[in-house]
Amino acid sequence: MIVVNTETIPGYEIEQTLGIVQGNTIRAKNVGRDIAASFKNLVGGELKGYTELLTEARREAIERMLAQAQQLGADAVVNVRFTTSAVASGAAELYAYGTAVRLSASPSSAAAPGEGY
Amino acid sequence: MDAIIQFVWQIIMLPVGLIFGGMAERRHFRALEQREAECPVPLDNRKLITKPDNVVHSHMVSGQVVIATDYWKSFLMKLRNLVGGEVKSADRLMQRGRREALMRLREAAQQIGAHEVWNVRLEFSNISMMKGRQGGNMQVEVFAYGTAVKRRGEAAAING
Repeated sequence: MIVVNTETIPGYEIEQTLGIVQGNTIRAKNVGRDIAASFKNLVGGELKGYTELLTEARREAIERMLAQAQQLGADAVVNVRFTTSAVASGAAELYAYGTAVRLSASPSSAAAPGEGY
Repeated sequence: MDAIIQFVWQIIMLPVGLIFGGMAERRHFRALEQREAECPVPLDNRKLITKPDNVVHSHMVSGQVVIATDYWKSFLMKLRNLVGGEVKSADRLMQRGRREALMRLREAAQQIGAHEVWNVRLEFSNISMMKGRQGGNMQVEVFAYGTAVKRRGEAAAING
């Protein structure tokens, strides 16, 4: 599955759009990480625990989006966008969405088949 | 009682933030400058750049960082709130976050052997609000994403 955040994929032509696919996850803060983060907060700077937490959560959202795309029989997801919102105090929602499409190789290009995401 | 403890703690932590927080910030900026100069992957936030025919592979990459203020910076921000005007300390914090996230994006692209990143987008979210603690330190997440592309007939932009 090719995943890009551009509207088209160089080397391919979009044969058919299959509609929007989406994936979301809501994550609550982790007590252990929160304590570690508050110690780190003394001197400011990066809060690695939170960076990891959000990276992991976003990956989950992307995977759910891809699972939906696969169900539709898509070859790729284009124009992927992300949003983050605070749904409650202590919890955040990470949301990924894009357009699932079927592709055909563009005649003018010698593009290699897309590798998996 | 809780409020008093909180207040005393904040007073104690002010110089710690001023000295060590400032040191960490300067170190971070120096490291960023070096990494930015060394990384061969350019960024572009246009959607499609000239000659897409040359592209053999495209793939979404991302970079992210959660960054927080120290007590001294938070104090300066609160002070600024009283008189208004530009909040320089928050300015530097956002710059650190943004540059770090973009740098990680470029490094992720470099790792998969891409030549450049197209359609770069930046996303911000305030983590401290999510934690239901508006009064505390400012914690922001910067998330950068884009499409890394590999061009035909060029060596991959991998260092060394």
